[in-house]
Amino acid sequence: MELFLIQLTVFVLAVFVGFEIISKVPSMLHTPLMSATNAIHGIILVGAMLIAGAAAGGPVGRAIGIAAMVLATINVVGGFAVTERMLEMFKGKSGTRS
Amino acid sequence: MTVQQTALSIAYLVTAVLFILGLKFLSSPKTARRGNILAMVGMVIAVIATGFDTQIVSWTDIAIGALIGAPIGLVSARLVKMTAMPQMVALFNGAGGGAAALVSSGEFLRLLNSGEAPTWYQMLPIVLSCIIGSISFSGSLVAFAKLQELMTGRPITYKGQQIVNGLVLLGIIALVVMLLSGNVTPAPFVGLIAAALLLGVLAVLPIGGADMPVVISLLNSFTGVAVAVTGFALNSTVLIISGTLVGASGTLLTTLMATAMNRSLANVLFGAFGAVRATEGGAAAAPGGGTVRSASVEDVATLLAYSRSVIIVPGYGMAVAQAQHAVRELAQNLEKRGVDVKFAIHPVAGRMPGHMNVLLAEANVPYEQLHEMDEINPQFESADVALVIGANDVTNPAARNVPNSPIYGMPILDVDKAKNVVVLKRSMNPGFAGIDNPLYENPKTIMLFGDAKDSVSKLAASSASA
Repeated sequence: MELFLIQLTVFVLAVFVGFEIISKVPSMLHTPLMSATNAIHGIILVGAMLIAGAAAGGPVGRAIGIAAMVLATINVVGGFAVTERMLEMFKGKSGTRS
Repeated sequence: MTVQQTALSIAYLVTAVLFILGLKFLSSPKTARRGNILAMVGMVIAVIATGFDTQIVSWTDIAIGALIGAPIGLVSARLVKMTAMPQMVALFNGAGGGAAALVSSGEFLRLLNSGEAPTWYQMLPIVLSCIIGSISFSGSLVAFAKLQELMTGRPITYKGQQIVNGLVLLGIIALVVMLLSGNVTPAPFVGLIAAALLLGVLAVLPIGGADMPVVISLLNSFTGVAVAVTGFALNSTVLIISGTLVGASGTLLTTLMATAMNRSLANVLFGAFGAVRATEGGAAAAPGGGTVRSASVEDVATLLAYSRSVIIVPGYGMAVAQAQHAVRELAQNLEKRGVDVKFAIHPVAGRMPGHMNVLLAEANVPYEQLHEMDEINPQFESADVALVIGANDVTNPAARNVPNSPIYGMPILDVDKAKNVVVLKRSMNPGFAGIDNPLYENPKTIMLFGDAKDSVSKLAASSASA
């Protein structure tokens, strides 16, 4: 229960931080924001590594681990790559890259 | 706590900080790229740190998964067209949701095999993450299919739809109660995942293509929450923080999009908006019975060339016709003639929040020229020409003055306040939402029918030579 309370504290604080920083993002950048946050939830890759690396749970467990790894890697790699591709297009009047 | 565990925790803390800073840098187009790189560095740190976790005893399956996933992610991210960005984001989002559900399933399996009976508060986060992750996974796939036009973008409805969805939801609740009350066996768990996957599909089916910006934002927040809840199950603060950040972002964008359409979230999700297709009018006779004036490219080119200020209102139709580059050329030519050119961007222009900005950025339109609705609306009155390219519902004055219109109350761009309105359109067919637009019968409005790219290219050419 003590552990749960610590987790809950972290969660609630993160909610406030999240709303605070996201509300500062201009609507111009909302698509890159969405794809960047998309890449960030790819942090589930960490969980996928733990599941796949534990090599427990027999063939079903292995299949679950590998599938989780595949999906999480697609999420992380694709998410960051596509965000980068979008952001490098945003240029100001001077033509300099952002 | 061993030294190793402490080092791991600190590495994860650094990751969380880098994610937060990365998102903070996204508040300006000047620093946005740096923000993405910071987040990437954070991700790399987390992955390397996890590699030192003692739970990992074999690298085989990790390597197999990564070697399959990485090229898929990289290649699709490189190849995707900017117009197809919404469905790409939907797919990546679905992948994340699916991964969260799988990780929780793996954790469930570990608890089962451990021999000890898991307590209800061990089970709760696992169960929640599986439900939310599965809904996000299957819902995203349906959203992808709709946006990619693999299936109809119109809402799919049938009698008793809400009841069916309600029953599936009840089934999910029953299974959750079973799992939490001590019946920890694989059967109800598999049933739970199947029911959640089904609910994801059923929930997105009745939502029309025009509402996809809201749906994608919402599913984005779902995956975020699923990841955060998985963090509770695995006792990983970095998952909790990162997932929550995404959840907050998705929630904010969802409410923002719903507000921009003056609809409640419930209405978007259950309203089956645009289900009834409005009657199609012919090319000459407007649906309302009034007449529309159509003009030639030359007329419009002259009008534009002798204006002082022009506000361009791009819509998704412009992107579909791949006219962005021609539009940028036209804007540049007009500017050379001393015309003040601005772009007015409606919050729901395109198929996801901020989509239009990305499409115009791709065509090298400087972001200083792009103006948000609240900023540009007071300026229409002093504009000589409002040039509407492939936008429809977001310019529809019925939203202001026809109380029985389905879009009544939706904030729109006040193009009808400009001295002249030029609408570039393929035909008189109603827009994505299937609603007639009285703007076209306005005496100030002239229509230029034809393919947007073709028309704009001709306009650009005449504006360069004239």
